[in-house]
Amino acid sequence: MEVYLYIALFAPLVGSLFAGLFGAYPKMLFTGVIASGLLFASFVSSAILLNYVLAGHTVHVEMMTWIAAGDLYIPFGFVVDQVSVTMMMVVSVVSTVVHVYSIGYMAHDKGFNRFFSYLSAFVFSMMVLVMSDNFLGLFIGWEGVGLCSWLLIGFWYHKESATWAANEAFIMNRIADLAMLIGIFMMYWNLGSLQYDVVFANIAMLPIHIITWIGIFLFIGAMGKSAQFPLHTWLADAMEGPTPVSALIHAATMVTAGVYLVVRANPIYGLIPEVGTAIASLGAFVAMFAATMALVNRDMKRIIAYSTLSQLGYMFVAAGLGAYWVALFHLMAHAFFKALLFLGAGNVMHAMHDELDPFKMGGLKKSMKWTWILMTLASVALAGIYPLAGFFSKDLILEVAFVEHHYVLYTVLLLTAGLTAFYSFRLVALIFHGNERHLEHGIHPHEAYTFMLYAMAPLGVLAVIAGMAFKTPYYLMVTHLLPAMTYHIHNHTTFWIMTIGTQLFVIAAITYAYKKYAKAVKVDKKVESGFLYQLLYNQYFIPKIYDEVFSKPYLKLSKLAWKEIDLKIVDATVDGIANIVYQTGEKTHTMQNGNLSSMLRWMVIGLVVLLVLAVAFTAGYNAVNLQAM
Amino acid sequence: MEITLTHYLVLSTVLFAIGLIGVMRRKNLLMLFFATEILLNAVNIGMAAISHFRGDYTGQMFAFFIIAIAASEVAVGLGLLIVWYKRTGKIDLDQMTSMRG
Amino acid sequence: MFEAIAFYLFATLVTVMFTITVMTSQALYALTAMAAGMIFISAFFFILGADFLGAIQIIVYTGAVMAIYAFGMMFFDTTRNVIEKRSNPQFVVVLGGLAAVLVVFIVLAPIVTTNLNANYPIDLAVGNTQAIGMVLFTKYLLPFELAAVMLLVAMIAGIVLAGKKMDKSLTLMAEEDIALMHASSATEITQEEAY
Repeated sequence: MEVYLYIALFAPLVGSLFAGLFGAYPKMLFTGVIASGLLFASFVSSAILLNYVLAGHTVHVEMMTWIAAGDLYIPFGFVVDQVSVTMMMVVSVVSTVVHVYSIGYMAHDKGFNRFFSYLSAFVFSMMVLVMSDNFLGLFIGWEGVGLCSWLLIGFWYHKESATWAANEAFIMNRIADLAMLIGIFMMYWNLGSLQYDVVFANIAMLPIHIITWIGIFLFIGAMGKSAQFPLHTWLADAMEGPTPVSALIHAATMVTAGVYLVVRANPIYGLIPEVGTAIASLGAFVAMFAATMALVNRDMKRIIAYSTLSQLGYMFVAAGLGAYWVALFHLMAHAFFKALLFLGAGNVMHAMHDELDPFKMGGLKKSMKWTWILMTLASVALAGIYPLAGFFSKDLILEVAFVEHHYVLYTVLLLTAGLTAFYSFRLVALIFHGNERHLEHGIHPHEAYTFMLYAMAPLGVLAVIAGMAFKTPYYLMVTHLLPAMTYHIHNHTTFWIMTIGTQLFVIAAITYAYKKYAKAVKVDKKVESGFLYQLLYNQYFIPKIYDEVFSKPYLKLSKLAWKEIDLKIVDATVDGIANIVYQTGEKTHTMQNGNLSSMLRWMVIGLVVLLVLAVAFTAGYNAVNLQAM
Repeated sequence: MEITLTHYLVLSTVLFAIGLIGVMRRKNLLMLFFATEILLNAVNIGMAAISHFRGDYTGQMFAFFIIAIAASEVAVGLGLLIVWYKRTGKIDLDQMTSMRG
Repeated sequence: MFEAIAFYLFATLVTVMFTITVMTSQALYALTAMAAGMIFISAFFFILGADFLGAIQIIVYTGAVMAIYAFGMMFFDTTRNVIEKRSNPQFVVVLGGLAAVLVVFIVLAPIVTTNLNANYPIDLAVGNTQAIGMVLFTKYLLPFELAAVMLLVAMIAGIVLAGKKMDKSLTLMAEEDIALMHASSATEITQEEAY
C-alpha cells in the first residue's frame, strides 16, 4: 500500500517539475496532458487507498528523518487514515477534473506550461498538507499551498490587479500563519512532539488554559486559510486568477484546509467546547455575512466566491459544534458542486470574452445548453434541494445546530440557506435566461470544447449522488477516527416540519429569484441607491476600512521609516563606515610612498604598538589570574 | 658595588635604542647597515650577560650564531649595495622608490 | 670593584662610540667609531667570562665585517659629508627608545622572573673555549653546519653581486663615461619599471 501512497503524493510533484521544465516555452500540449495523466495516477492510487481504508486499515509510513536536533525529532511521515483519505479523494478528483478542463481553458494562453507546473505543485502541496502525520508537515503543505495560491492568483502578472490580489492573499495568510505557528510552538513546548498521535494522546494532560490558547491560535491559522471574518477579503479578490484556479484552490481544496485542520485537531477542540462554540458562532456569522454580500454583487466569480465563503461558514459551524464528520462531509460535497459551478462560470467567461457582469449576459441557455444544465445542477445542489448533495450535507448542519440547541445559529443558517438559494439562482437566471443582452456588446457566445464538458461531467454526477450514495458508507468509515455522533431529531413531526419547511423555503427563494431575474431585468434605482444595497454592494465597506485603518497608516509609517530611519540612520551608518574606510585609505596612502626609510619608521611604530599591546594583555591576564587565585 | 644582570640589560637597551634611532634617521644605506650592526651587538651583550648570570651556555650559543648571521648579512647586503650603486650612482634611501604602491 | 669600574668605563665608551656612529655625518668617522665600539663590546664578553665569544667578536666584527665595510666604502665617495634629510628627530629618539625598552622587556621578562633550569650549565672546571666547543659540536651541530652553509652562500652571493662589471672600474673611468653608463642603466630601470 505504501507504493500507492507515494504515487498519490509524488505524481503531482513529478508532473509539476516536468511541466516546469518547459515553463519558459510557448504552449506545449503534452505538458498539460502529462500533468493530467499523473494527476489521474494520483487519483487512482487514492482510490485504491480508499478501498484499503474502507476495509478498516490505515497506512502510516515514515519516509525519512527530517529534523533531528536534540529532543526535537520530526520525520517526513505520512498517514492515510479515514480523514486524510477523504481529503485525498476530494483533492485528487477535483484536481484531475480541473487539470483536464484547463487544457481547454488555457489553450490560448502564453503561460500554458507554467500554469500546469503551478497547478500540479499546488496539488502536491495539498497532498502534503492532508497526508502529513505531524503538525509541522501540515504546516509545510499549508505554506506550499499558500505559495502556489500566490503564484496562481498572480498568474497574469502583467495585470496590476492580479498582482495586488496575489499579494493581498499572501500577506493575509501570513498574518494567520504566524498565529498557527505560535500554536504549533506551544504544542511542542508543552508536549515535546508534533506527531498527531502523540499530541492527541497527551493533550488532555495539559492545563485547560493552554489547550484553549493552542486551540485559538490554530483556529486563527485556519481562519486565514479559510478566509473567515475578519481575514476574508482576500478570497473575493483572489478571483483575479484564472477560473480553474478559483475552482480548484479557492473553492474546493485550499480554502477548506482550515476546516480540515479543525477536523484533524478534533481531540484538541473536543476538550474546549467554549472555543468550539465561538468557532460555530463565527462560522454562522460568516455564512450570513458572505451570503448577503453575494446578493447584490455584479461579478459572476465574486458571487461564487462569496458563496464559498458562506459554505465555509457552514462547515465551521459543524466543526465548532463537534460534528466533525458532518463538517468533513459538507466539505466533500461542497468541493464537488462548487468546483462544478466555477468551471461552468469559466465556460461562460470564455463564451463572453471574459465579461464577468451577469447583467450583460442573458439567454445563454440556447447556445450553451450543457453548461446551463451543469450549472443549474450545481446551483440546485448548493441550494440543498433533495436529493442532491447539498441537501444531505447542508441540512445535516442545520439539524446539528438544532439538536445541539443552538437555535440562534439554526435560525441564521436557515435564513442563509434561503439567501444561498436566491443568489445562486439569481446568477443562473441572469446568465442563462431572459433576453440576450450581450448582443448589444457584439458577442456571439459558443459552447466550450466538448472534452471540457466531459471533464466536468464527473463533478456533475458527484454533485447529484454524493449526498445520497456516500453518506452511509462515509459515516461508517470516518467515524473510526472522528467522534461518532448522530444527529436525529427524535420527534418525527418536528423532523418532517423542519425538512419540508426548509425545502419549501429554499424553493420559494429560487422561485423569487427566477421571477425577478429570468425575464427582463429591471433596475430599481430606488433600491440601488438605498443604504442597505450600497452597504452590501461595497462589501460592508470592509476593504475600504482596511485600506484606511491598516494600509494607509502603514504606508505612512513605511515612508517615515524610509525617509527618516532608512536614509538617515541605516544608510548613513553604512555610508559612514564606507566613508571612514575610504577616507582612511585616502589619507594614509601616502604611507605607501615606496620610501624605505619611512617604511622602516612605520615598522618600528608597528612594533611599538604590538609590544605595548602584548605587555598590556599580559599584565591584564596576570591580574585576572592572580585575582582568581 | 655589584654589577648585576640588570645593569647589562639596561646597557643592552640603551645600545638597542641607539641602533633603532640610527635605523630610523639614516638615509644613507651604508649608514643604515652600521645601525643594524649596532642592533645585533646590543642583543649580543644581553645574551652573553644572561648566559653568565644564569650559568648556561645557551646564551653564548645564540650570540655566536648571531655573529655568523651578521657576517652573512654584511656580505650579501654590501654586494647588493654595490650593484645598486653601479646602476644608479646613488645610495640614498629617499631615491629608492621603485616599491611605491 | 674592578668589575664595576670596567663595566662603567666600557659602557660609557661603547655608548659614545655608537652614538657617534649613528649621529655623525662623516662616513669615515662612523666607520671608525663603529670599529672601536665593536672592540669595546668584546670587553664585556671577557668580563662575563665568555672568552671565546669575545675573541670571535674581535675577529669577525673588527677583522672581517669592518674590513668588508671599508672595502665597500671604497666604491663610494667617502670624503664628502653624508647629506641626509632629517625629519622629526625627537620623534625618532622617543620611538627608538620606547621600542628598545619594550623589546628587551618582552624578551627578558620571562627569563628574569621565572626560575629556568640551565640546559647546558657552565662548568668552571673546563675552559670557556673548550666548553663552547663541546656544546657547539654536540648539541648545536646541525645549526652550526647550517650556519656554515649560510656563510658559504653569503660569500658566493657577495662575490657574484659585487663582481658584476668588475672589468669596469669607476675610479679609472672618465666622468663622461660614468655619466653615460649611469644614464643607460637609468633607462634600463625606467624600462623595467614600465613593465
